[in-house]
Amino acid sequence: MGGGLLAWLSASFSQSAPRWIALLALIADFLIVSNIWVNQGGVSLSAQNAWIEDVNYSWIPQFGMNFHLAMDGISLVMLSLTFFLGILSVLVSWKSIQKNLGFFHFNILWLLAGISGVFLAMDMMLFYFFWEIMLVPMYFVMVIWGHENSKYAGWKFFLFTQISGLMMLLSILGLYYYHGSQTGEYTFDYFKLLSNLPNGSTAFWLMCGFLAAFLVKLPALPFHSWLPDAYAESPSAGSIIIAGLMSKTAAYGLIRFVVPLFPEAAQSIAIPAILIGALAILYGAKLSYAQRNLKRLIAFSSFSHMGFILVGVFSFNMLAFQGVMMQMVAHGLSIAGLFIISEFIFERTGTLDMNEMGGFWKNMPNMGGFTLVFVMASLGLPGLANFVSEFLTLAGAWQYDVLLAVLATLGLIVSVTYSLRILQKIFHQSPSVKEWTLPDFNAREWLVMGSLTVAIIWLGLFPQSVIGTAQSAFDKMELIQMESQDQPQEIGMNEILIETNELSN
Amino acid sequence: MDISKLLWLIPFLPLVGYLTLALLGHKIDRKLVPVIGAGSVGLSALLTMLIGVNFLSNPGAVVEQHLWTWFSIGSFHPEVTFHLDALSMTFIFVITFVGFLIHLFSAEYMRDEEGYARFFAYMNLFVTSMLILVLANDLLLLYLGWEGVGLCSFLLIGFYYGDKNNAESNAAAARKSFLVTRIGDTSMILGFFLLVKSFNTLNISEILAAAPEVWNGNNPLAFWAALLLLGGALGKSAQLPLQTWLPDAMAGPSPVSALIHAATMVTAGVYLLTRTFVIFELAPSVQFLVAVIGGLTLFIASVSALYQRDIKRVLAYSTISQIGYMFLACGVGAWSAAVFHFMIHAFFKALLFLGAGAVILALHHEQDMFKMGGLKNKIPMVFWTFLFGSAALASIPLITAGFYSKDAILWYSFAGTKGSIWLWLLGSIAAFLTALYTFRMVFLTFFGEQKTKVSHQPGMAIKIPLVILGILSLVAGFIELPHNFGDFAIFGHYMENVVPHVNLQDSPMLSEGLLQALAGLLALGGAFLAWKKYGQGAPQSEASNVEMQGISGFFARGWDFDKLYNTLFVNPMVWLAKIDENDFVDSIYKGIGKLNLAFNSALSTTQNGKLRYYLLGLGLGAFIILTIIMVL
Repeated sequence: MGGGLLAWLSASFSQSAPRWIALLALIADFLIVSNIWVNQGGVSLSAQNAWIEDVNYSWIPQFGMNFHLAMDGISLVMLSLTFFLGILSVLVSWKSIQKNLGFFHFNILWLLAGISGVFLAMDMMLFYFFWEIMLVPMYFVMVIWGHENSKYAGWKFFLFTQISGLMMLLSILGLYYYHGSQTGEYTFDYFKLLSNLPNGSTAFWLMCGFLAAFLVKLPALPFHSWLPDAYAESPSAGSIIIAGLMSKTAAYGLIRFVVPLFPEAAQSIAIPAILIGALAILYGAKLSYAQRNLKRLIAFSSFSHMGFILVGVFSFNMLAFQGVMMQMVAHGLSIAGLFIISEFIFERTGTLDMNEMGGFWKNMPNMGGFTLVFVMASLGLPGLANFVSEFLTLAGAWQYDVLLAVLATLGLIVSVTYSLRILQKIFHQSPSVKEWTLPDFNAREWLVMGSLTVAIIWLGLFPQSVIGTAQSAFDKMELIQMESQDQPQEIGMNEILIETNELSN
Repeated sequence: MDISKLLWLIPFLPLVGYLTLALLGHKIDRKLVPVIGAGSVGLSALLTMLIGVNFLSNPGAVVEQHLWTWFSIGSFHPEVTFHLDALSMTFIFVITFVGFLIHLFSAEYMRDEEGYARFFAYMNLFVTSMLILVLANDLLLLYLGWEGVGLCSFLLIGFYYGDKNNAESNAAAARKSFLVTRIGDTSMILGFFLLVKSFNTLNISEILAAAPEVWNGNNPLAFWAALLLLGGALGKSAQLPLQTWLPDAMAGPSPVSALIHAATMVTAGVYLLTRTFVIFELAPSVQFLVAVIGGLTLFIASVSALYQRDIKRVLAYSTISQIGYMFLACGVGAWSAAVFHFMIHAFFKALLFLGAGAVILALHHEQDMFKMGGLKNKIPMVFWTFLFGSAALASIPLITAGFYSKDAILWYSFAGTKGSIWLWLLGSIAAFLTALYTFRMVFLTFFGEQKTKVSHQPGMAIKIPLVILGILSLVAGFIELPHNFGDFAIFGHYMENVVPHVNLQDSPMLSEGLLQALAGLLALGGAFLAWKKYGQGAPQSEASNVEMQGISGFFARGWDFDKLYNTLFVNPMVWLAKIDENDFVDSIYKGIGKLNLAFNSALSTTQNGKLRYYLLGLGLGAFIILTIIMVL
């Protein structure tokens, strides 16, 4: 397994490879990961031993940095998603990207390597390293192959994420010194850091550093202003990765680092965090409804859906955590589907302005049918993966705070407005400008959309495959939380823990 | 072999039909499309009959069929399990049987439309979802069917998206239906969250069993749970205040109106209330609210029906009002009467919509009743069946099924322990209005002089469903006769396997027979008044009043609820979206950027290389610092 992990890393680093190499490398990765999934599927993991694989090499021992990768259920699911969407994004760019092929695929692979590294790294410095690795190729992809206004978008994206990333670096260093001064052992290792948690205001400020990075990347209100530009101006492969995967690294970071490392501090900001999440759901939906540009509409819808992540993470119970887990996967799939559709439309019409579109169903019933699936996913139709995630998240939030849950649930109504707009404006109503005659799907497009559709329906009907895989990891997290609280905490915290324990029993 | 093991096939067969038509629809022969579309539902109906016969031999039994566990987190594990009892048996019978007749009808009705396969695909998907809705043993699975029917309703209302004249309004109607029902659905799902928190399950039987113990006394949670669930029922069943979407939903093809917006989907709310009746009985104030909403809705809608020109809109308002009767029944605890009226209503209202469809088809898509007339002898089969359906709707006494089902509701709303004379009065006035608007519709359409030429004679696929439904509209009432008619109540006894019967007041003020006579007189009176006014053709003043001014316009527009909601909700939202298209948060960041640039340029002007400016700055700075030091 260790070899396998290194193999995909090295494969990804082999630069200037055109489409096929990229595709094959990603398929190989995907097979490796799914192989692990299938193999571990038979054995149910216990909470004590939630780690499937663990690789630990010395990196810069002087500073206590290790090349420490480890995989549990959460990482496994996220890795599968990464490579699945990676394959799709290569397939989608098959025709539309024609210049600098080698460099493009180099960037895509490098980007995916960074993302998968983030999902695996168990050394804080290594985590930061991968976190920053994602940034540069994304910037290049956006600026070189993007739409007309991509330079501006690229800078905006880079500035926002870079600044927030630096804050996280400060926090990581803070943790490093805190742990060192307490135990005498200076290390960046996640597990060792977990054994000795800071508390009080130290914890609060250190947490803020992490939060800065994650909330910007997610993005959360009010740090979202880079998002519409970045999502809309990127080429579609870029949009898929940035919306489908990169935003998930932030969600992953919240679950993996913020909640376990700073349990009390996270509790203390839970209410405002959920409130921000709920407002983001509503405000994002409203912005989305107002857009004329298809990609911007999708971008804001993604912003809106990311609100659910915040709501779920800060509700602190098993239902909500599993909801977040499902949301990461489901939203990854559904947003990728929508961006791919926008790409296929753009390839055919050369425009993203929805006012120029209309009546496409007549010529492209297949595309219309697939669009219907993803539009319904985005408004949370049961039977599709997104419903499961939204239901779990909100049901979890209800257990934590009823009023905030109600506020977030109102998002289900508003999401109807923009979702139906996509379908009706583009596929139903007749165009106000001109009549289009457009070819329907070809085989490649069928393959891409078909596989996404199967995935999203499968997860909607049998979400247990994801939930069961991630379960042990969440159990483990709770165990850590329990251990970190030897002394009785304030009552609210205990109640929640008891509640979640009851749920998980 | 135990035939009920095949329960899962009932929703599965239409699903197969849907998948075939959706994936291969444009490849297969047009002649094959209705065979698959109607055939799958037909098989499903046949299977339902077989299982039904088996079930009736022991109607107290409950069949549960576990398919798989949806997901499982701790002890919360919603399942995909079908649950067959007397209540769901009634519903699946109506859905598959009436559904099949409507599919058969559509085979001819939709033959010349573009998107023939698409139509049947959506219809099959609808039947699947509706069956899942009523068979679900878990509220989450019920919700899957619930949203599924909503989706199909949306798709079928907007079916004529390419219609040159009405593309915009059809799309708007579809959108509206989805959005308004979604408001109700959201309330319902909030109710689910509450139930999850209280019971840690959404399994219906478990909740109903546990609720009386957990929520004993006047627990506010019972109140909230009932209220939130009621919200969902109001949206789906188009009751006050969420009734506005249904009249617009008539933009869809007539068979769609018959199946979705009359016989099945809109009664899902009634199903939900009946299914979770324990919760409502634990929250008497909400149950009373159900009765009041039902009463008000049936009154408001039947007034509106009286002022419509479009034949389908008459039926739409009539549907809202008839469902109001069912809600009224639920509100006074007459659960079985509600379900009985649901079944009878499904027969006659489907018949009326199909009949209206046949008329519209015959008159080349003319829907304005004031342009119809004199069709009595031109399409006699449609006329007679339509007349039977109308008689049932107007509940003409003794000979129609509608009389028996509606009479039971009126009686319980008067004499039940939860009834009151006011509820009864609302119901009775509306019964009079119902007879009036129904026969106004009949006389305008079929009597008087002919105004539009008949361009299409109905074929067998249209006639057969009409005849079967016409017969049922007359005779189906005889399975549940009132107490003073010999107390022959098969249906009531059958339903008592699931829901309790109604407790009557000790000594009602008036006797049952007197009330029945009164109700009969009201119905006949309404019909007679309609004959007086419309029997010889439309009065000139009303026919020419196309603009609908004044009070008649107010009623015709459904008491201007649309206007109210537009002013209160829609317009502000659109306005907000418009002024903030570019996100004010972004402009803050842009502002910071601009501020920096401005700052930069301001500072850079100070670096102008002129020595005297630098000296001036130096001097000023020194002066300020010195002043500060001295002052402090």
